[in-house]
Amino acid sequence: MTWNIGKSIKRKDAIEKVHGTAKYTADYISPNMLHVKLVTSPHAHARIIKIDISEAEQVEGIQAILLGEPFPLTGDEIQDRPILAFGKVRYQGEPVAVVVAKENYQAKQAANLIKVTYEPLEVIHSPEEAIQSHAKLIHEKLANYKKSDNVYPEPDSNIANRVKIRKGDIKQGWTESDIIIEEEFTIPPSDHLSIETRTVTLEIKRSGEVHMTSSTQAPYRIKEKMSEYFNLEIGNIIVTAPFIGGGFGGKVAIHLELIAYLASKAVGGKPVKLHYTREEDMMTAPGRIGLKAKVKLGARKDGTLTAAKILYLFDSGAYADKSTLLVKAAAATCTGPYKIDHISCDSLAIYTNRPYATAYRGFSHSEILFAFERTMDILAAKLKIDPLSFREKNIILPGHTTPTQVPLNNSSIGNLPACIKKLKEQMNWHEGTFKKIENDIIRVKGISCSWKTSTIGPDASSGVSLLFNPDGSINILSGIVEIGMGAKTTLAQLLAEKMQMDVNKIYIQMEVNTQSTPEHYKTAASRGTLMAGRALLKAADDAMNQLKTIAAQVLICSPDDLEIANEKIYLRDEPETAIPVKEVCYGYKYPNGYTIGGQVIGRGTYSLRQLTNLDKETGIGKTGPEYTVGAQGVEIEFNIKDFTYKIINAYSVIDAGKILNMKTALGQITGGMAMGLNYASGETLLFDDDGLIQNPRIRTYGSFRYGNHPNYIVDFLETPHIDGPFGARGIGESGLIGMPAALANGLSLAINVNLHQLPLTPEQIWKAVKNDDRL
Amino acid sequence: MTSRIVTLSINNDQYHVHVRNIDTLLFTIREKIGLTGTKPGCLNGDCGACTVNINGEAIKSCLMLTVEAENKCITTIEGLQDTTIQKAFIEKFAFQCGYCTPGFIMNGNDLIHNEPNASDSMIKSYLESNICRCTGYQEIEEAVKEALTNNNYDNR
Repeated sequence: MTWNIGKSIKRKDAIEKVHGTAKYTADYISPNMLHVKLVTSPHAHARIIKIDISEAEQVEGIQAILLGEPFPLTGDEIQDRPILAFGKVRYQGEPVAVVVAKENYQAKQAANLIKVTYEPLEVIHSPEEAIQSHAKLIHEKLANYKKSDNVYPEPDSNIANRVKIRKGDIKQGWTESDIIIEEEFTIPPSDHLSIETRTVTLEIKRSGEVHMTSSTQAPYRIKEKMSEYFNLEIGNIIVTAPFIGGGFGGKVAIHLELIAYLASKAVGGKPVKLHYTREEDMMTAPGRIGLKAKVKLGARKDGTLTAAKILYLFDSGAYADKSTLLVKAAAATCTGPYKIDHISCDSLAIYTNRPYATAYRGFSHSEILFAFERTMDILAAKLKIDPLSFREKNIILPGHTTPTQVPLNNSSIGNLPACIKKLKEQMNWHEGTFKKIENDIIRVKGISCSWKTSTIGPDASSGVSLLFNPDGSINILSGIVEIGMGAKTTLAQLLAEKMQMDVNKIYIQMEVNTQSTPEHYKTAASRGTLMAGRALLKAADDAMNQLKTIAAQVLICSPDDLEIANEKIYLRDEPETAIPVKEVCYGYKYPNGYTIGGQVIGRGTYSLRQLTNLDKETGIGKTGPEYTVGAQGVEIEFNIKDFTYKIINAYSVIDAGKILNMKTALGQITGGMAMGLNYASGETLLFDDDGLIQNPRIRTYGSFRYGNHPNYIVDFLETPHIDGPFGARGIGESGLIGMPAALANGLSLAINVNLHQLPLTPEQIWKAVKNDDRL
Repeated sequence: MTSRIVTLSINNDQYHVHVRNIDTLLFTIREKIGLTGTKPGCLNGDCGACTVNINGEAIKSCLMLTVEAENKCITTIEGLQDTTIQKAFIEKFAFQCGYCTPGFIMNGNDLIHNEPNASDSMIKSYLESNICRCTGYQEIEEAVKEALTNNNYDNR
C-alpha cells in the first residue's frame, strides 16, 4: 500500500513562505553588524598600477580597508583565483578592494572614493580567441597553480582543462558514413538571476570559531575549503544555510564567504555582512558558462549514426571554478542520448576575460544538447527523415555503452523510446510540424531529446539523523539545503511512507547547520532525492531496529517478529499484540520505574558508489549512477514579417523513475522549462568591444515575466532506478536541458534557415536570415 | 545627512523611527523595524519582491522614500494572515524558494480586491511587475485565479 508516495503533500515550508516569516540570509539583521562593500574592476583585463585609499579612509564610520595580497589563491579544482585581485584584474566586476564600515552607506561612500589606477590589457572575448597561438595569457602562472589530480591545465595557454573521449575508431566511422555534416554553434554566457542576491554574514569568535550564515548550496564545502585556504581547524568553521532564495547552481560557488572572512578578520572578528547588489550578483559573482561548439556527424543513408567528432570550447571566463568539471560532464554525455560507435570529443575549459562560470542548472547539458540536437535536426533534414523518427532509430538503449564506455541497463538509462512515443501523441506529431495560421503567422514545432547524469565527486555522501519526540513524532535532520525544490518535504514523505505513519507527525529542520546537521555533500546535480533519500531510508531502518529491540523485550518476542505501522509496533501475525511507538521511542518505562533504552536516534549515510575519474586519453570511466532521459518540444507562433514569436505550448515527457510528490515534480519540470526557454529566447549578458557588460540589471537582461509563459504539458514515465528511493531519478534539471535545442529547432524550421546561436531574439533570427548565403 | 524621527503606520502598528531623508521605505521596513518579509531583489523597481501596500495600492518599497510614507497606511506581507491568496498559493504550490512570494502575494492581494472580476490581461498587467525564477508562472496563475474565484465566493 502506498501511503504518501506520489501524492502532492503540501510543502512543509509553505506557511512560513506565504507569510513572509521564512528567513533568508539577509534577514538576519543586528545593530552591531558591520557592512562590507566591494570596489570592483571597471575593466575586463588590466594591470593594477596603484590603489589610493587616502580619501576613503577619511569617511566617517570606516573600520577597515582591505586590498589584494598574493595569497591564498582559491578555486575548485584549480586554485587560480585571488580573493581580492592582486597585480591584475581578469574580468569586469572582479573584487579589488573591500571596505568595512558601520553603515552600508558609509561603506559605499568610501568604496567610491578609492582610486585605482589601471593599465588596460588586451581583452580576450571568446574561447576561440583565447586558444589562438598568439593569444595573451590570462593566467601567466597556470602551470604553478595548485590543482587536483584529474584536471589538466595546459601551461602557457589559456586552457584550464581538456577532457577527451575516444571511443571506437573515428576513421572507420567516417568510412561507414554516407553523409557527413559539420556545424558550429555559439552560446554566450548568462546569469542565474536568483531573486535573492548572494549574501553572507560572518563573525570570528574569541575562541576562534568562525560562524557564518550564507546563501549557499554547499555549506559543507565552504567548511572544507575555508579550512584549507586559511589553515583553520575544520571543526571551528560553522556554516548555517537558512532558506535560499533560488540557487540554480550559482550558489555552489564559494565566493563572497571568503571576502567576508577577510573583512571580519580585519576588524577583530566583529560580525560583518556582505549583501550583493543585483549588479554585483550579475557581474562579480559567477554565472552560466558560454560555449562554442563544432559538431561533425556522420550517418548512413538509412539514418543510422556512424561517427561523431566534437569540439566543445567552453568559456570559463576569468577563473576555472566549476568549469573544469562542467567540461567533464559535457564530454561524458557529449553525443546526447544516442548510440554512436565511433566518437572523438575534446571538451575544453578556456579562460577568457568574461565573468567566471560556475554550475548552472543542467551543468553544461543544455549547452551541449543545443549544439548536438540542432545538428541532429540538420542531419535529419538532409537525410529527409522525420526528426523524431531519426532520433528513435539512434536512441541509446540498455545493452549499449555511453561515450565513456559504461554499459547501460534498464535501471540506469530508463526508457527514452517510450518518452518519444508519448511526446508524439502530446504534440499531435502526425499532423505535421509546420502550419500557416494567417497571413504572416505560422505555427511550427521543434523537439529535442535529453539525458542527464551527475558529475559530482566519486566520494560524495549524504547523512540523515532521525530524532524521536516523546509523542512518537520524528524530527529529520538532513544537510540538504532548501533552495526551493521542496526536497525536505519529499524527505518527510519518504519517511512517512517507510514508517507507515502520518506525514504531519514528521518535522524537518529547514535550516542547515554544519555543526549539528549531518553532512550532505552539496545541494546540486539533482542528487538530493537519491543521496539524502537513501540516507533517510537507512536511518529509518536503524530507528525501526532500535524501536523493535526495545519493544521485543516488552512484548516478549524476537525483534524479527515485529512490524511498525500507524505509530505502533506489533506482532506480525497477531497485530492486536502491540505497543505504541510513543511508549518506546524514549525508552520503555516499566510500572515499577525500571526503564530500558532511551531516546531513539536513527542514523544513515549513503555514498555514491563505484564512480571513477575519467581516463585522461580515452575518457573511459563512470561519472554518475543513473540517467534521467526525456523528450521535449515546443509549439511556436512565428511572425514571418518581423521575426517575433510566442511560445504557445511547451512539452516534456520525462522518465522520472518514480514520482514522489506530483506537484513538486511538476514544479521542477515546468520551472526548468521556463528557465531553459528564457535563456534560449532572450537572456544574455551583452558585452561591448572592451568586454564590458552592457546589461547588468534585470530590466535589460531579458527575464520572463508573468504572462510570457507558455502552456506547459508535462508527462512522466516511471522506469525505476533500482538504487533510487522507491525507484526515483533526479529530475531537478531535466525540464531545462532540452528546451534551448527544441526552441532553436522549431525556429529554424519557421525561417527555413539553420540557427546556430543563442539567444534567439527576433534580431538574432533576422540576422540569421539576412546572412543566409542561399538568399 | 539630514535625518529625523518619522511615524509610520505598518500593519496597524505605529512605529517611531529615526530615518535619513534618503532612506528607502524598503530599507526602513527591514533594517529599522525588522519586518523582513519584504524582500530586496534589485533596489530599482525591476523585480517586485519588495512590494507592499500603501493606502490600498501595491507599491514597490524600494522606489519610495520612507519620508513619503508618513501618515500613510502601510501593509506588509506580515500584515496578511491566512488570506484567500495565501491559501491559494499553498494549495497550488505557487512558490518554490519563496523569495519572490511575498511580493507576488501583496500584488495578487491587491488585484483580487481592486479587480474582483479581473480578465487575463488585467491579471497580467498586475503581475508582470514581479519576477519569479523558480516556477514557470503557471502555478502562480492558477493560485491567483483560484483566489479570485474564492474571494468572490466569500464576498457573496
